[in-house]
Amino acid sequence: MSVTLKINGETRTLNADPDSPLLWAIRDELGMTGTKFGCGIASCGACTVHWDGVPIRSCQTMVGDVDGAEITTIEGVNGKAAKAIQAAWNELDVPQCGYCQSGQIMAATALLSETPKPSDEDIDAAMDGNVCRCATYARIRKAIHVAADKMEG
Amino acid sequence: MLHMLQKPLEAQKPSRRTFLKMSAGAVGGLVIAMNLPRAAKAAAGSSEFAQPFVHIRPDNTVIVLSKHLDKGQGTATGLTTLVADELDASYEQVAVEFAPSNPQVYANTLFGVQGTGGSTAMANSFIQYRQAGAAAKAMIVAAAAQKWGVPAGEITVSNGVVSHPSGNSASLGELAGLAAEQDVPAEPVLKTPDKWVYIGKSFPRLDVRNKTIGAPNTYTMDFQRDDLLVATVARAPRFGGEVKSFDASEAKKMPGVVSVFQIPHGIAVVAKSTWPAIKGRELLEIEWDDSEAETRSSDAMFAELKDMTAKPGLKVREDGDVDAALEASARVLEADYEFPFLAHGAMEPLDAAIQFDGDTAELWLGSQLQTVDHNVAATILGIGFEKVKINTLWAGGSFGRRAQADSHPVAEVAFLAKAMQAAGMDPAPVKIVWTREDDMAGGYYRPMSAHKVKVGLDENNSVTGFKYNIAAKSIIKGTPFEAMLMKDGVDHNMTEGAHDTTYALGVMNMDQTLQETKVPVLWWRSVGHTHTAYVMETMIDRIAKETGKDPVALRLELMKDDPRKANVLKLAAEKAGWDTPAPEGRHRGVAVHKSFGSYVAEVAEISFREDGTIKVEKVTAAVDCGTPINPDNIRAQVEGGIGYGLGAILRNQVTLVDGVVEETNFDTYEPLRISDMPEIDVHIVASNEAPTGIGEPGTPPIGPAIANAIAAAKGEWVTTLPLTKAGLV
Repeated sequence: MSVTLKINGETRTLNADPDSPLLWAIRDELGMTGTKFGCGIASCGACTVHWDGVPIRSCQTMVGDVDGAEITTIEGVNGKAAKAIQAAWNELDVPQCGYCQSGQIMAATALLSETPKPSDEDIDAAMDGNVCRCATYARIRKAIHVAADKMEG
Repeated sequence: MLHMLQKPLEAQKPSRRTFLKMSAGAVGGLVIAMNLPRAAKAAAGSSEFAQPFVHIRPDNTVIVLSKHLDKGQGTATGLTTLVADELDASYEQVAVEFAPSNPQVYANTLFGVQGTGGSTAMANSFIQYRQAGAAAKAMIVAAAAQKWGVPAGEITVSNGVVSHPSGNSASLGELAGLAAEQDVPAEPVLKTPDKWVYIGKSFPRLDVRNKTIGAPNTYTMDFQRDDLLVATVARAPRFGGEVKSFDASEAKKMPGVVSVFQIPHGIAVVAKSTWPAIKGRELLEIEWDDSEAETRSSDAMFAELKDMTAKPGLKVREDGDVDAALEASARVLEADYEFPFLAHGAMEPLDAAIQFDGDTAELWLGSQLQTVDHNVAATILGIGFEKVKINTLWAGGSFGRRAQADSHPVAEVAFLAKAMQAAGMDPAPVKIVWTREDDMAGGYYRPMSAHKVKVGLDENNSVTGFKYNIAAKSIIKGTPFEAMLMKDGVDHNMTEGAHDTTYALGVMNMDQTLQETKVPVLWWRSVGHTHTAYVMETMIDRIAKETGKDPVALRLELMKDDPRKANVLKLAAEKAGWDTPAPEGRHRGVAVHKSFGSYVAEVAEISFREDGTIKVEKVTAAVDCGTPINPDNIRAQVEGGIGYGLGAILRNQVTLVDGVVEETNFDTYEPLRISDMPEIDVHIVASNEAPTGIGEPGTPPIGPAIANAIAAAKGEWVTTLPLTKAGLV
């Protein structure tokens, strides 16, 4: 069975097992490695991508379920919120090891797209599923506020 | 496996002294960092400047070669800062690459081999990398003098531009070829601190952009080749278990699975991509031989440790007759502590890639001990050291996990590549991927430990004696590092931060007993300090309560001749408002600890939720790590070090039932999350001392600072970790 989806604006056909995770199709078949493997059980958020703009865990989303979907990965994320988030991440030197940051940025971009001026509680609710073992959380929080200001300005 | 390492390691034997320095965290050994390896000057006509630590390309790019792994701690940027400052390069023109594996050129001068750990990266490189930058600058200036026919002394370099009052001007890149032909200065003159343009100021991290766009070829997990094979390994469910028999027929039928091999570590399933390697492994039928395996539960292992602390052990420190001192005391405080196994849980699970053609091998991995990894690969493959090439890649965290004495992830890929070669397969590159479960259940934990402490106080509230028995498995014993790091059978790594305390505690004796278990253990961000700081700093608070003294005042009273430690303690207390009452509903606790040459004091402010669990609201930290090279990165490492220690203290433990690990993923080994993260305020002490570590020292004080805050509210100290066991999380 083959599955056709739009990924980062481009129509692609996957020949992967429909019961296999979208994560590995993106990484191994499409060769886009920005989306990370962290836990495989949707507990860490490193594999976060957008499905029609909504953040999902690609390690627990099966290829067979994304036929016709519009998927965005870190390689293709764009728009005002994404640009503001990436700029704030650079301005504050958020990443340390950086391995979780693709997922953090995808989650934070989705948050700002929905809630342009998030409170700390909004940030906790939206970002609690994204683990950073370097514990860059204080800077992630600050960078989201900085990005929100940038979008406003 | 370890016996295989003895010979190659002896051939590269680092001096015992250098390893002792690493273990003691005494990183003042900069004198031995003075040897600047250098390439001979280039032949005329070369257009690129290429010295061991710095390359200058005709396109005006300055490449700094980092001999250290960067696993998030910022070392690659730090080393580049040192070169860029002395060379007067512009921030925009510099980039960093990882150096090849070559212990003759790229050894950690405190280890004697190439490797990263013990928070030594900047300490051992501070002179070396500045000398490299200064030498490059001297050669650039000599080249400009030659080209323009002017005295070298009249030439200046600033922000990457070389100029002379006559109006002549050139970029570093334009002069690179001619500079390469100049004599390499034997003793390059270093700038005085007042001339520094980047050190101690601002130099944003060089890896941030790639890490915010998901750039390819960053981590080992992302290593790609058209003909790449991916493997998983089924390892014994109990430590020390071996394969008795296996049937791979079903696994081999899985589409995408290429082949299955037995290696000493288990059964490897080789596939064309990652998912079939993971699914194919589930189809293996393996019978394990557990006759030599660890089959105890962690509860039984704790019981053994507690028994051990009740009896005399190996003498780590012996001031005198501590039993007599305690006997003569007016009061004796007693405490028993239990610390669990901890997994490192780096975001990037372990991985390594190799390509072996029967004669030469190339590896790609986040190599933390390149020389050891290099030796292990060469030994297993049966080829010369020079036939192996190691490509160090950025690591998605480590916290100690990627520095193993046995290089087991490299050993696995080497055995697999050898088996594939012997089976006549084409020499395709193969990458072994560890799943999260493999990584977390795979051992190499922070050792579990038990501690028994007795403190004597006399009628005047003075401390008369301090008796401290510790029991744990040694990280060092049984590894090739034993001969270098242990003395008379005593492991000082285990007791660092306690046996060397600068508190005056009367007669202080310390014993250790080493537990034997098949569970592999390893250094975990701050090693022995992960438990000793907790014990020492909570006991000091208990003494303060018992004697009616202020915890900060008592610490200052007890610490002798330790002005830097006193200074960070006073600074953190002042910034946290220690002398004023905590806000309504909040409770404060303090801890101060020296590790890896650096001093960190932390004041934690906590509150209690309605259900009785704690929330860590704020942490105020003061740090003295000698000359601050990159203040913002120091703040980042202290923030992260606090978060890393906090997650462990709150709720992390690895437990075993009948030898099988219970916590195998982030659902049961619940990491710190953003909603757990306190506000953190870091203050850095200005200093001209030699720079010391910062990757680890932020971690030790957070646990005891929180325990002391809990005790400030409840009057009792938690002595069994994590805090979930006390119903506080």
